[in-house]
Amino acid sequence: MSDVVRDAVRREPMMHDATAVRARWRDSSLVQLTLVRFKEFLREPEAVFWTFAFPVILALGLGIAFRNKPADVLVIGVVRGTLAGDSIAARLASAPGFKVKGMSEDSASRALRTGEVALVAVANGAGGVEYRFDDTRPEGRAARAAADDALQRAAGRRDPVAVSERQVREKGSRYIDFVVPGLLGMNIMGGGIWGLGFAIVEARRRNLLKRLVSTPMRRSHYLASFLLSRFVFLILEVAVLVGSAAIFFDVPVRGTVLQLGVVCLLAALSFGGLGLLIASRARTIEGVSGLMNLTMMPMWVLSGVFFSSANFPQVAQPFIKALPLTATNDALRATMLQGAGWGAVAPQIGVIAAWLAVTFVLALRLFRWR
Amino acid sequence: MRSSSAPALRVAGLRKAYGDVVAVDGLDLTVASGECFGLLGPNGAGKTTTIEICEGLTEPDAGEVEVLGRRWDQDERALRERLGIQLQETQLAEKLTVNETVRLFRSFYARGRDVNEVIDVVQLGEKRQARVGKLSGGQKQRLALACAIVGDPELLFLDEPTTGLDPQSRRQLWDLIVELRASGRSIVLTTHYMDEAERLCDRVAIVDHGHVIALGTPRELIASLGAEHVVEFTVTDAPAGALSADELPALNGVKAAREHDGRWTLEVLELARAVPALLAELSRRGLTLGELATHSATLEDVFVSLTGRQLRDV
Repeated sequence: MSDVVRDAVRREPMMHDATAVRARWRDSSLVQLTLVRFKEFLREPEAVFWTFAFPVILALGLGIAFRNKPADVLVIGVVRGTLAGDSIAARLASAPGFKVKGMSEDSASRALRTGEVALVAVANGAGGVEYRFDDTRPEGRAARAAADDALQRAAGRRDPVAVSERQVREKGSRYIDFVVPGLLGMNIMGGGIWGLGFAIVEARRRNLLKRLVSTPMRRSHYLASFLLSRFVFLILEVAVLVGSAAIFFDVPVRGTVLQLGVVCLLAALSFGGLGLLIASRARTIEGVSGLMNLTMMPMWVLSGVFFSSANFPQVAQPFIKALPLTATNDALRATMLQGAGWGAVAPQIGVIAAWLAVTFVLALRLFRWR
Repeated sequence: MRSSSAPALRVAGLRKAYGDVVAVDGLDLTVASGECFGLLGPNGAGKTTTIEICEGLTEPDAGEVEVLGRRWDQDERALRERLGIQLQETQLAEKLTVNETVRLFRSFYARGRDVNEVIDVVQLGEKRQARVGKLSGGQKQRLALACAIVGDPELLFLDEPTTGLDPQSRRQLWDLIVELRASGRSIVLTTHYMDEAERLCDRVAIVDHGHVIALGTPRELIASLGAEHVVEFTVTDAPAGALSADELPALNGVKAAREHDGRWTLEVLELARAVPALLAELSRRGLTLGELATHSATLEDVFVSLTGRQLRDV
């Protein structure tokens, strides 16, 4: 900002009056360029929706879909119509935690395929039971164990070991807690890449960039106006998403707000640099859209937005961890959920800073102004 | 304006090629301070490439450019403060208002004119708060002119300022350009409208295939034809070869003759002698006159006479 003040002062050394200085300050090119960014954004209702409302709606939707259901509601299909089948249904229905649906052979296999029931129990004729379930689904395996347990006990089995249970539901380990930092990281990435990429390529396509560089405008002011406006919108984006997650779902922020802010800011700058690099040569919206999707798509999948990146094979992990969105998401989760300190997020901050430096240097070198 | 004695623009031996296509081919120009200078030529003649090299937006392959006595490689920033530029096709941000757009451009210059005053000058006072996207073509073009003059430039570059506008909007822009010239600024403009060049420019360079083929005041260029008038006519049902371009100049008062798609054009010194002579000649040959039209010679006729093509054809 000192640049701006110096410009303003140099332009009108005679003005010392405070209002005049303020007026000069508003008329400096950096302030004017940044104001233009705000106005253009706020006058585009769709952009406002995708930036602010969409992540909150997505978080609400996911939060509701994956809310913690009351324990042990396992839906089990039983093939009725035989005496043995009816007796299995009756025994399961009297045990706690099952919802039993009587159905025909055909509808039972369809219900299993569509996930409507986790398990189908069929009388096997020899006085026993056959369980049908998909062993790759955790729900199926859980239903098999629980249903078997209930049926064996109802038939008189006694357990040799006495057990007791205490249930612990920790705030911060639910799916919604996992997904909110992921959405935040995804939003910061989208804001940086879409926000800079489209605006710059559009200005180049419309010959506006060329028109701007035909004036004495400082090119650094043009680029800085994007970063400044991103900075202001970032504060709003983070506040809206983290705030509504805290209000609706009690998602915690265990680390310091300062650390959360620094991670977000660094990530926003880094993705801004990536956006700048993607937009540095492209002349058409179609061209830059392709490049943006090529950049963002792998990170949406690999970087642990909706599910943990640890699910990918071990050999791929070093590559995945080097992606800027992985580093951002990991640092956000560590800060928000585990309350980790600076030391714990230092490697991620290093990765983000490295992307920032490399993308900016490359982008400024490649940038096509005309 | 310490450089008022130096030329506003001096260009020597300019060359620029894009791949195999030579856009500018050894072009020389000198524009005096305070002069309104026109580059007239068909589309693709190299006008835009030339003006963009002068504006420091395109690197020439060879040649020298001096703007207001300075060179782009040494004084770019200082030069930009003193120039006003209107590019051929700039679509300004549609979501901003007229006032915001001019204010933005004003912020780039250390010194300049008052934003409101400039908006009034280009007659957009009533559209101050209107979004750029809602303006008509003529209004957008005047806004572009406002952005070009808000830095109070000594030299103004206007690339095809009225292309695509309706006649009324063109006239409005012409009036503005005449006013700017009257205020002592140097202006370089490109156009493919000969009436625009005749009306606005002190001197005109006719450009074709990347170099200047004629240079002078519009009056001098027209006088160079050696004919004051142009007669156009057609003959109906004429057998091929009924008339020849070599024979017609023998007619009284006719200086040159050309045929294009069955349409004859005569450059004529005195209409009162040439037209009766033409009619007599046609009836002597048993030919029937179809259409007959005459007009005073224009820059268009100069271009046709030099290249054998119409400005608009190309």
